[in-house]
Amino acid sequence: MSYFSSHFATLGHEFWGLLVGGIANGFIYAMVAIGYTMVYGVLRLINFAHSEVFMTGAFASFFLLKFLVGNSTPNAFESVVYLIAAVVIGGVVGALVALLLERVAYRPLRRRNAPKLAYLISAIGASYFLYNFVGKEFGRINLSIDAPYTNNTVFTIFGATVQTYYIVIFFVGVTMLVALDRLVATSKLGRGIRAVAQDAETASLMGVNIDRTIALTFMLGGFLGGVAGFLYSIPVGAVYGMGFTPALKAFSAAVLGGIGNLRGAVLGGLILGVVESLSVAFVSGAYIDVVAFGVLVLVLLVRPTGILGERLGRSA
Amino acid sequence: MKTFFQNPRVQRSGRTALILLLIIVMTGPEGSGTQPTAGFTGSFGNHMSFFGLFYPQRWVVFLLLTLIVVGLTSLVKMAHRWWIERQRAGNNAVARVAKTLAATKQRARHRSTRLSLYAVALAFALYFPHLVTDQSWQTLVVQDVLVYLLLALGLNVVTGFAGLLDLGYVAFYAIGAYTTAWVTGSLPTPPPFGVHWNTFVAIPVAIVFAMLCGVLLGIPTLRLRGDYLAIVTLGFGEIVYLFINNSYGITGGSTGTNQIPFLSFHLGPIKYLWGLIPEPYYYLTLAFVVIFLLAFSSLEHSRVGRSWVAIREDEVAAESLGIHPLKYKVMAFAIGAASAGFAGVVTASQTLFVTPPTFTISFSINILVLVIFGGMGSIFGVVLGGLVVQGFVAYLTHSPPSIYNAADLYMYLGALLVVMMIYRPAGLFPSRRRRREVSQVEAGTAPDTLQVEIGAHRVQEDV
Amino acid sequence: MSSLIFDVQDVTLRFGGVVSLNNVTLHQGRGEILAIIGPNGAGKTSLFNSLTGVYAPQEGSIRFTNSQGKSMSVIGKKPFRVSAAGVARTFQASRMFSAMTTFENIKIGAESHRGLGVVGAMLKGPATRRDEHRSDKRTRELLEFVGLTAQANTIAASLSYGARRRLEIARGLATQPEVLLLDEPAAGTNPAEKIELAELIRRVRDEMGVSILLIEHDMKLVMSLAERLYVLNFGSVIAEGTPDEIRSNPVVIEAYLGSADTGVAEETK
Repeated sequence: MSYFSSHFATLGHEFWGLLVGGIANGFIYAMVAIGYTMVYGVLRLINFAHSEVFMTGAFASFFLLKFLVGNSTPNAFESVVYLIAAVVIGGVVGALVALLLERVAYRPLRRRNAPKLAYLISAIGASYFLYNFVGKEFGRINLSIDAPYTNNTVFTIFGATVQTYYIVIFFVGVTMLVALDRLVATSKLGRGIRAVAQDAETASLMGVNIDRTIALTFMLGGFLGGVAGFLYSIPVGAVYGMGFTPALKAFSAAVLGGIGNLRGAVLGGLILGVVESLSVAFVSGAYIDVVAFGVLVLVLLVRPTGILGERLGRSA
Repeated sequence: MKTFFQNPRVQRSGRTALILLLIIVMTGPEGSGTQPTAGFTGSFGNHMSFFGLFYPQRWVVFLLLTLIVVGLTSLVKMAHRWWIERQRAGNNAVARVAKTLAATKQRARHRSTRLSLYAVALAFALYFPHLVTDQSWQTLVVQDVLVYLLLALGLNVVTGFAGLLDLGYVAFYAIGAYTTAWVTGSLPTPPPFGVHWNTFVAIPVAIVFAMLCGVLLGIPTLRLRGDYLAIVTLGFGEIVYLFINNSYGITGGSTGTNQIPFLSFHLGPIKYLWGLIPEPYYYLTLAFVVIFLLAFSSLEHSRVGRSWVAIREDEVAAESLGIHPLKYKVMAFAIGAASAGFAGVVTASQTLFVTPPTFTISFSINILVLVIFGGMGSIFGVVLGGLVVQGFVAYLTHSPPSIYNAADLYMYLGALLVVMMIYRPAGLFPSRRRRREVSQVEAGTAPDTLQVEIGAHRVQEDV
Repeated sequence: MSSLIFDVQDVTLRFGGVVSLNNVTLHQGRGEILAIIGPNGAGKTSLFNSLTGVYAPQEGSIRFTNSQGKSMSVIGKKPFRVSAAGVARTFQASRMFSAMTTFENIKIGAESHRGLGVVGAMLKGPATRRDEHRSDKRTRELLEFVGLTAQANTIAASLSYGARRRLEIARGLATQPEVLLLDEPAAGTNPAEKIELAELIRRVRDEMGVSILLIEHDMKLVMSLAERLYVLNFGSVIAEGTPDEIRSNPVVIEAYLGSADTGVAEETK
């Protein structure tokens, strides 16, 4: 009894701080989860190599910022420009890696109508190749990012400090997610994606170019994944194995929200981020990663279709 | 322009060139965060020996090698075409040779031929330590080949026979190794009943323990679709790793333990102590491999094995015949877990230490590569694949070429998985049944079982 | 009424808002060849799936009584339990284990009700060998019975449609059922195969004492084979009776004509 009461007391003290941190993480998870969910929507399988898209995005931004910022202290205008540049390069490289994955690890199998087990294994192989390749070429030590801004406290809310980092995540995250939602809901590409998600055969009969749509789906998911990788790496740095744990969590988020469902991925990401952050009060630091996994197992057992239910086609 | 790029010849050459570039970079020197281009420039610009003949830049060497490979393959192709044409033309000598070949193939399927083949292989395996007397090699063969074979044979039951992708397989291996450390009293946790038991006692304990964990993990998760199962097992492997790496009071944390005693056998007048010499370990582990081989191959051809095939090929039909899918899947999972637990005992009792870095998820992937490379579901394929891949790994570990860094192993294995899935999804030496299954799914004449979700077929039938 | 093998009372099955079976009541006597007909989408396969435990209807009761007089409720039981109780079935789009041989397919059925026996299987003990021997013998008998002995070692996927149907029947019979549910056994077969099939189905009942429940579109086959019929339309039973009664039932004719399934309707007249 006293165990819990003392822990709840801790939770009480730090609640707002943990909530802010959790929402920030939640946005990152949501952006990665979108990648899982979109690929699941069109191919009905989990893109195991998405963690490497996340990682390569972080590396791209790392090198760009190293080049742009170096040892200088950017002024406000430069900060904003550098930040946007880093976001864009992270996203673009993420999208390119995702495209490459689709081309090399998925498309040859799709051509043959291979068993799904083959896709899984191919993606796992691609993931292991990519992350060890990056480790080989760019070293296996953690590279700390030259953030283009100083991480000041911007304001306090209920005693919780909100730093520049959180503001950045919030802005980038909301922009990306809203833009993606609009894109899928209204554009021609979005209609194509939804059509393929509902019924690939009919979609192709109606003139949707399946190969192109699938490639673009990977790229959209990859863009968000790459940006998320950059945002994630700002405080902790970039390292070749960084993708594994956040990607597993993001996958849990996608399942939590209902895999194949875009808004579900966002909802799942935010919920998971907050739950995980708040559980710091109960779980010791080393085991914090277990929380997301517990959520995943629980969801799969109790409600495998997630909170909002499956199907990309229906979601938007 | 467009037609130029759609020309299959151009596409093929382009693909070859890309693969060549990739291989040059993969085998090249390393870069770092401060010198991100060093790895790439060095891969092309550094010099290396071309069979000791001359010492050009790396790209020249690889170009020459490619030309040689391309030349050889086209030669083989030409010879093959010539052969087929001759056969069609009714050339007597060719027809006779073809007939002999077919007869040999037929004979290879005979039981007696097979048995004598196995006998030869076994005799070779028994004689091996006298052939290779270098102890460092012998140790490598035990630790990097035989133990991996044990693990691959176990995973083959799960992935090959039952068709379940288990990425947390390493967790059971860890459970086996740590149970050994615990039972022999080498962990911070006191051993059972406070007695430092003999390592042989650890065998049943570890098997039961691993099996129990397998069943407990399996019952809830094996109801899930195949791809969810893969992720859940991945998470399980990660949790076990976190646990052994962080529980200093229970498992020794990141330093693990190096206190495990030598294997010893003490029963009445019979005493035996396995010491530092690898040869006795070789024979012991070989005996285990043979036992695994025999047990799993009778399992494959038993009612249980056939039920796994039935579930793998069409779960709905299997269930309608009275096969309880979950029960059989859990059984496969438990057998796999028990094998891994057993292999854990073997490793721990031989290396005398257990530390967390051995038990990362990458290890599961390594074992998966062995199963996939040889041919999922085919015991013969798995053994052959395991020997080839792990033999090569052991060679690289023993005398690494200058361009090889042990940390790159998983880069190569990952690439191998992708290549296998693209070109030989059923493995190099698949069972005939598995080859049929893959081709039938590809042709759309059989359902893809990974898609079947218990409960899903309840709505997929027409209403 | 222990002479009933299936007793279905007021069964209603819904998927979301769609009512697939609506208050269906029917019964089958032991040893009877009973047929269920109706236009596409009438709920015939749903009924089969409910009878075999694949679907769990929300309302009503389904009782299966075996020859020892032991009765069980099917609703809520898993398919493998229903199978163990003595209900075998075939599928509309025949579902064989297509990479296995004919022999192996049937053998799976012959041994599926035994326990796990993993340890025995690994050790290949005498009990396991005896079991194997028994299953092999039973499989050979069934191959003979359905006339597939010559194709025993053929891969199932390369069998003709007619042979696949017979394979499925043999595989179902291998589980030693008391009732065999056949979902459109004549679909995709040629006229000669249809005659053989009808003959085989009758022999299953006469020689093995297995009751037959049949879904079929081919009216000629149904009318010659079935002793009694139920007509399903939009999930409800609209008529019941002997072939002659059904043929002259105006409600049935109306249902078929109204459903644009005219080919069948003409055969019904």
